[in-house]
Amino acid sequence: MTGKTGPTGKKIVRVAGAQGFWGDWLEAPRRQAEGGPVDYLMLDYLAEVTMSILQKQKERDPSAGYARDFVGAMESVLDGVANRGIKVIANAGGVNPEACASAVLAMAKAKGAAGKLRVGVVTGDNLLPRIDDLLAAGHEMKNMETGEPLAIIRDRVIAANAYIGSVPIVEALTRGANVVITGRSTDTALTMAPLRYEFGWGESEWDKLAAGIIAGHIIECGAQCSGGNCLYDWRSIENLADVGYPIVEAQADGTFVVTKHPNTGGRVSVQTVTEQLVYEMGDPHAYITPDVVADFTSIHLEGDGTNRVRVFGIAGKPATDKLKVSIAYRAGYKAVGSLVYAWPDALEKAQLADRVLRERLDRLGLHFEHVLSEFVGASATHGLLAGAEAGKHAPEVQYRIGVRDADKKKVERFSREIVPLVLNGPPSVTGFAGGRPKTEEIVAYWPALIDKTVVETKVAVIE
Amino acid sequence: MKVRLLDVAHARSGDKGDTANVGLIALKSAWYPTLAKYVTRDRVAAHFEGVITGGVERYELPNLIALNFLLHGALDGGGTLSLKTDAQGKVFSTALLRLVVDIPDEEAVALGLPPATDIS
Repeated sequence: MTGKTGPTGKKIVRVAGAQGFWGDWLEAPRRQAEGGPVDYLMLDYLAEVTMSILQKQKERDPSAGYARDFVGAMESVLDGVANRGIKVIANAGGVNPEACASAVLAMAKAKGAAGKLRVGVVTGDNLLPRIDDLLAAGHEMKNMETGEPLAIIRDRVIAANAYIGSVPIVEALTRGANVVITGRSTDTALTMAPLRYEFGWGESEWDKLAAGIIAGHIIECGAQCSGGNCLYDWRSIENLADVGYPIVEAQADGTFVVTKHPNTGGRVSVQTVTEQLVYEMGDPHAYITPDVVADFTSIHLEGDGTNRVRVFGIAGKPATDKLKVSIAYRAGYKAVGSLVYAWPDALEKAQLADRVLRERLDRLGLHFEHVLSEFVGASATHGLLAGAEAGKHAPEVQYRIGVRDADKKKVERFSREIVPLVLNGPPSVTGFAGGRPKTEEIVAYWPALIDKTVVETKVAVIE
Repeated sequence: MKVRLLDVAHARSGDKGDTANVGLIALKSAWYPTLAKYVTRDRVAAHFEGVITGGVERYELPNLIALNFLLHGALDGGGTLSLKTDAQGKVFSTALLRLVVDIPDEEAVALGLPPATDIS
């Protein structure tokens, strides 16, 4: 067990959010490990379609399929983990947690820290090899949003992973791991699990488990709760260049403080935390996780000094008997291209370009499943709400057009029709340096539910 | 009195599939009950007419002085299927803050709500 005793004599456990998605600030883990006291670093790498990208990588190279950034992150915090007792929890394992663990151990050995890491590896979330057996056994895995049966896309599925909760992470910590690597663990479990382990919360202590989940929700997007992307009084948020990532200081009763290291930029206030709490929120009464159903209408926030917000009063309800499954499938191709038109009459020129291009596509007999034109600088983000006058006097407008279709050849043909407009379309046009837009394969997301009993997680601890 | 949400609230938005959510947060606790009364589901649905293809759901979080709106059919299919610049619904937040609501003068003055200026 780690954790320090706070000024009131109660044990405090500090979990630091060090990565909010794959691609987040590379500096953040080291800054969290070195900027002040922390017990755990929590790194979230997986967005909805990340697993499918990793699955494709693993198909090409059996030693790939995990978030490679994590090895560099581990290197940047190796001193803290090897010598100062900091533990790390990350869902960097993707579809190949074992390979991720091997890469981390090899890095540690190369850096002279052999024997200092005990890596817990959580597997069992990958349902891809079992998908036909599961369908045959009556698990329909219908799309949660549309109700469609999985059978209609079965032959195009490339990844299927159950979202798993805190239990296997707690097991890895109990078995002495100081680094825990999971596959498709929920983002929030990465924070709740170490708190559950440290405080010994039982499987039906719903309010405490819910508090741990909400702590996780607050810090799972990194600096988005500590001044990043904060609309409230944004001009007054100081020193974003040096933004402090969030830290949860939790107590055994489930109450916690959100803060950040001293001498960092950004801000932790009731407003910055509230903005993060409502981010990606559905029904606030039922935030469903594998461990507990958290009630966001029970959360109370209050200022607790500069850059400190106390969170309390959280209520939870029993978990459901289902797990969410993230299924990824091939869904055709797309390409998006753009050109920039300059003043005067930039919008009018861009709109003429759109008509010309669409007429040419039509004459080529190219009809797509979907075409979308946008005018950046006028209406791309707010559409009609921007008003009839929007963009009319803009110094420049970006014309952006995308197509989507099952037929790759059609999409590739489209991508050749944009750049010619520079010489054979409306005037005052630039911004074509990128040339032809790339045709990309679309990997789409199919959310489904499955009985919890179907998924068996496994934990290995390796050195 | 006409009041623009931008002057009385802040917001953050995100996505879940083809649905955007917007959390609307009162700038002052005292203003929350009035926001909850006048920023109705129907009012928000009318605001986004022609911008989204589906319906609107609304939830109240008085504990956070916030309302949560789910805007269905907002993201051109959502996720990787979407061709939109804002495929993840990140800036529906300020699109909602454009909304101007009518609040009885007496109530608006008593609360010190700022009147909307420059209404087109």
